[in-house]
Amino acid sequence: MSIRRRDTLLFPDPPAIAAWAAVGGKKEGEGPLGAALDERLADASFAAEGCTSWEDAESRLQQRCIRRCLRKAGVTARQVELAFAGDLQAQCTASAYAMRAMGVPFAGLYGACSTMAEALALAAAFAAAGYSERTLAVTSSHFCAAERQFRTPLNYGGKRTPTAQWTATAAGACLVRPAGAPGVGVASVTFGRVQDYAVRDINNMGAAMMPAAAGTLLACFGALRAAPQDFDAVITGDLGAVGSELLYAQLRKEGFSLDNHLDCGCLLYDRDEQHVKAGGSGAGCSAAALCAYILPQLAAGRWRRVLFVATGALMSQATFLQGQSIPGIAHAVELIAPTGEGRA
Amino acid sequence: MKLDPQSYARMVRRAAPPSALGRDCAWAFAVGGCICLLGEAMRRAYALRFAPDLAGTLTSITLIGLAAAATVPGWYQKLAARAGAGTLVPSTGFANSVASAAIEFKAEGWVTGVGAHIFQIAGPVIAYGTLASWVWGLLYWAMSRGG
Repeated sequence: MSIRRRDTLLFPDPPAIAAWAAVGGKKEGEGPLGAALDERLADASFAAEGCTSWEDAESRLQQRCIRRCLRKAGVTARQVELAFAGDLQAQCTASAYAMRAMGVPFAGLYGACSTMAEALALAAAFAAAGYSERTLAVTSSHFCAAERQFRTPLNYGGKRTPTAQWTATAAGACLVRPAGAPGVGVASVTFGRVQDYAVRDINNMGAAMMPAAAGTLLACFGALRAAPQDFDAVITGDLGAVGSELLYAQLRKEGFSLDNHLDCGCLLYDRDEQHVKAGGSGAGCSAAALCAYILPQLAAGRWRRVLFVATGALMSQATFLQGQSIPGIAHAVELIAPTGEGRA
Repeated sequence: MKLDPQSYARMVRRAAPPSALGRDCAWAFAVGGCICLLGEAMRRAYALRFAPDLAGTLTSITLIGLAAAATVPGWYQKLAARAGAGTLVPSTGFANSVASAAIEFKAEGWVTGVGAHIFQIAGPVIAYGTLASWVWGLLYWAMSRGG
C-alpha cells in the first residue's frame, strides 16, 4: 500500500520497473544517447512499410517501442493488464492507434511533455495498489507530426529562435510490476499542480514550464524531507538550456542548490552540433532519456536514488493564438536502484 | 514559491539568449541579395528575346518555379533556416509557403487537405494585400478627382 504525504504518494514496498525500451529516429540516434537506444530508425517515416502520414508513423514508432519492451520483459501483449499511454497529437491518436494494434486495456493520457512521468506515476500507483500485475507506461512524439500540428509545414522556410526546442522523434516504454519483481524501484510519485506565470512565448517552452518544475520539486523535497543532494541526480524533462538556467535561479531563491541536475532535453541531443537550439522536447524526449540512460544507470547501480521530473506545457494552438498564457505541469517519480536479489 | 509574474518576466528576458543579430542580418542580406541578383540576371537574359514587361513576368514565374522545386526536397527550408528574412521576403518565400503547405497536407486529400490548407501561411498576405490595394484604389480615385 502507499502513504500519502501532501501531493506525494510514498510506496514503502516500491513497485518495480521490470523492463524498458527506447526507440529513436535518425537525429536522436546520432545524439549522445544514440548508442543506448534499443532501436535507431533509419527512416522514421516508415515509408518502406507503406506508411503515408506522420501521424501513422508515430503510432508505428510507439508500437515498435512497446514490442521491444515486452520482448525484453519476456511478456506477451496478452499478459499486459493495462497501458497508460500518451503523445502530443490532438486526441492522442498516436497512442490510440498503437493500442488498437496491441489490443491491451488502454487509458490515454495527455500531459504534453510531462506524459512519461504521469504514465509512470499512475502505473506505479496501480501496481502498488494491487490493481494491475503488468502495467505499461509509454509515450512517444514525432518531430514531423508535432511540427505540422503546433508550428508550420515541414518544408516551410522559417527561422528558429535561440530559445526554441526541438520535438524529439522518439518513444519510451516501461513495464511496471508490483513490489517484489526485479527491476528499478519506484519509491514515490508526486502529481504536480498546474503553474502559470504568464509566459506567452510559444518559442520559450522551458521558461513556461520552469515554475511547474520548481513547484513540484519543492513539493517533493518537502514531502520526502530531502534536499537535491540526497539524490544522485535530479533530472527534469524537458526544460532545455534556458529553462534549466531559470530553474537553478529559482531554486537558489528557495534555498536549494541544484548541482546534480540534468535535463532530458539536453541529454538526448548535442546542442552544439545538432542545431536543436535550447534542447529537445516532446513526450518522447524524456521517455527516451529515461529508458536509454536513467533506468540503465540505476539498474547498473551507478546511481542509487534519482528524481525524475517531466514537465509539460499545456497550451493548444487555439489558446496560444487567442493570447492566453502557457500553463505548465510537472510530475515527479522517485526512482531507486534495485536492491540485492531484485537487481535487474 | 518565491515568484511573481512580473519578476519572472524579467528573469526570462535575462536568461533568454539573444538572436545573433549581426550574423542573421549578414546571412539575410547575402542570400536575399543573391536571389535578387539572380532575378536581375534572368530578367536581362529574358529581355534579349522578349519585351521588358514580359521579361519581368517571366523572371517572377521562373523564380517562383525554382523556389517551389527547391521546397520539395527540403532545400529551401535548409537555406531559410540560416537566411531568415533573406529567403522570406522575395517572392520565392511566398512560393515556399504555398508549396510547403501543399506538400504537408497531401495526406488529408486533394480537396480537404491541399485545397483547404494551401494558403494557410500565404492566406493573410493575400487577404490583407487585396484589402490594402482596395483602400489604396479608393484613395487614388479620391485624389485623382480632387486633382
